[in-house]
Amino acid sequence: MSVDLSTSLGSLQLAAPTMTASGCAAAGRELAQFGDVASLGAVVTKSIMLNPRSGRATPRMAETPSGMLNSIGLQGPGLEAFLEKDLSWLVENDVTTIVSIAGGSVEEFREIAIRLRDVPGIAGLEVNISCPNVESRGQVFACDPNSASAVIEAVRAEWTSSAPILAKLSPDVTDIVTIARSVADAGADGVSMINTLLGMVIDVDNMRPLLGGRTGGLSGPAIRPVAVRAVYQVHAALPDLPILGMGGIRSGHDALEFIAAGASAVSIGTVVFGDPGAPWRVAAELAKELDARGYGSLREVVGAAHKG
Amino acid sequence: MSDAQQVKAQILSIEPVGSYFHMVLEAPTVAEHVLPGHFVAIAVGGIGSGMLLRRAFSIHRATTNETIEVIFAAHGQGTHWLATQQAGDVLDIVAPLGKPFALPRQPVPCVIVAGGYGSAPMDMLTQELKARGCSVDVVLGAATQDKLFGVLDLKRDADSVTVTTDDGSSGVRGRVTDVLPELIQRTSARAVYACGPMGMLSAVAKVSADNGAFSQCAVEESMACGIGVCMTCVLPVIGDDGVTRMLRSCVEGPVFRGDRVRWDDVDTIPEDAFGAPVPGGH
Repeated sequence: MSVDLSTSLGSLQLAAPTMTASGCAAAGRELAQFGDVASLGAVVTKSIMLNPRSGRATPRMAETPSGMLNSIGLQGPGLEAFLEKDLSWLVENDVTTIVSIAGGSVEEFREIAIRLRDVPGIAGLEVNISCPNVESRGQVFACDPNSASAVIEAVRAEWTSSAPILAKLSPDVTDIVTIARSVADAGADGVSMINTLLGMVIDVDNMRPLLGGRTGGLSGPAIRPVAVRAVYQVHAALPDLPILGMGGIRSGHDALEFIAAGASAVSIGTVVFGDPGAPWRVAAELAKELDARGYGSLREVVGAAHKG
Repeated sequence: MSDAQQVKAQILSIEPVGSYFHMVLEAPTVAEHVLPGHFVAIAVGGIGSGMLLRRAFSIHRATTNETIEVIFAAHGQGTHWLATQQAGDVLDIVAPLGKPFALPRQPVPCVIVAGGYGSAPMDMLTQELKARGCSVDVVLGAATQDKLFGVLDLKRDADSVTVTTDDGSSGVRGRVTDVLPELIQRTSARAVYACGPMGMLSAVAKVSADNGAFSQCAVEESMACGIGVCMTCVLPVIGDDGVTRMLRSCVEGPVFRGDRVRWDDVDTIPEDAFGAPVPGGH
């Protein structure tokens, strides 16, 4: 069996098609116990903000059927500590790194882009405009085409690096194609789909929402059909826009669904919490799934489900 | 960080013990690295399970190059599934995880306190402390007699075992902290090791500090990954620099110095914590 799994996201050439998903692998180092992180398509880091951030109160997670709800709230060390401790490790270990960035304002995104643009070792930028775990839902830029494009325009204007800019989109919108088009028009080189869906679990013993943050983001295989649908719709409308697909991918078979719907590469997220070896396993399974169907390469299958 | 491995482990035996289950797993490559306080994360529900997250258990015992043992209570869907597994079945485990108990460099008097099956790692710890020349006196507490675990093993290996139960069905009626101050004073204990519910740990940390002993507390926080990537199992801990940070109990714990955990602020973000929301912020 020799299946060519190499792929690309815009100008970014990838030797392997599976990445970690932002927020599900920290900055990659912890996964080094379970596999060669440099052999992954990329590590997509947990979203980094300008300043250190404590995140939200616990409890921060609840297991749900085939998924989980989280209200972590972007806990992180801030940009400078990230560069010093996390990115340096990724660079030293030859890891292809896509840095996920988050901000509370357009200005914060802009400042992060300015700080990062000359930093070596960044293969791509994932602009997280869709984290649901922010106090003000008004900060979910990806829920509004104008806010979404304002962030991407600001980042694009400052981003002098050739590394692609991916906009991470929320499925909690009426029409995700509208949002995808607005970020593409604003200069995004591609889109990452999907972030979590806003959800809630009630603790009926205490008669209040279980999570410290009350609401949380739903992820895992439970949301996979929503993600596949979003990828399919955006690829149908914007066939030239590269898509990094994610949302409950657990197996090579799942990954193949995303590729056929129009994703050029995939991120493995929540499943890593239960199976830290999943990013490597899914890539190996994907090769088998392609081979079993007589395909010689991943590229020939991107968007294949649209051809019928 | 411990050197964790993800391996398939066959169940050699699984038996009810009082209110709990005692499971022995064949995990030779893991067992040799296990220290008291390490934990194991076990996938539940079988292939394609709708339960995505592993269940974490402190390791009860490890036999070099052979087995690890865990004690668990079947109190949720995942642990109920685990209780239906049989000898010969194979589990997907990740271990050893977490930071183990810090051991004293000098042979000092030690006290161990455990609530319910929080005593699971304590016999292994007792043996380790005794091997270093420490004296070990133990307090085991539970709501009722059937929720005690490990009394006989600890009676064999420790210098003394005091039992407390809320209902008086075994030992002294009351809580572990009712007998702890006197025990620390009588033994001149320098170190107190504790594992059990958060409320008990909080009380043990305070009693230890009040009586001049360091405490090492193994916490139980709900966690999704167990390997340090998800950031769900955090609690406020004061660092060497005096700054409170939200630390991950899976990799920076589960064992913390009792005097460094802000017990009263668990499940909150203290206003002075590193990166805490500023007014109008997140």
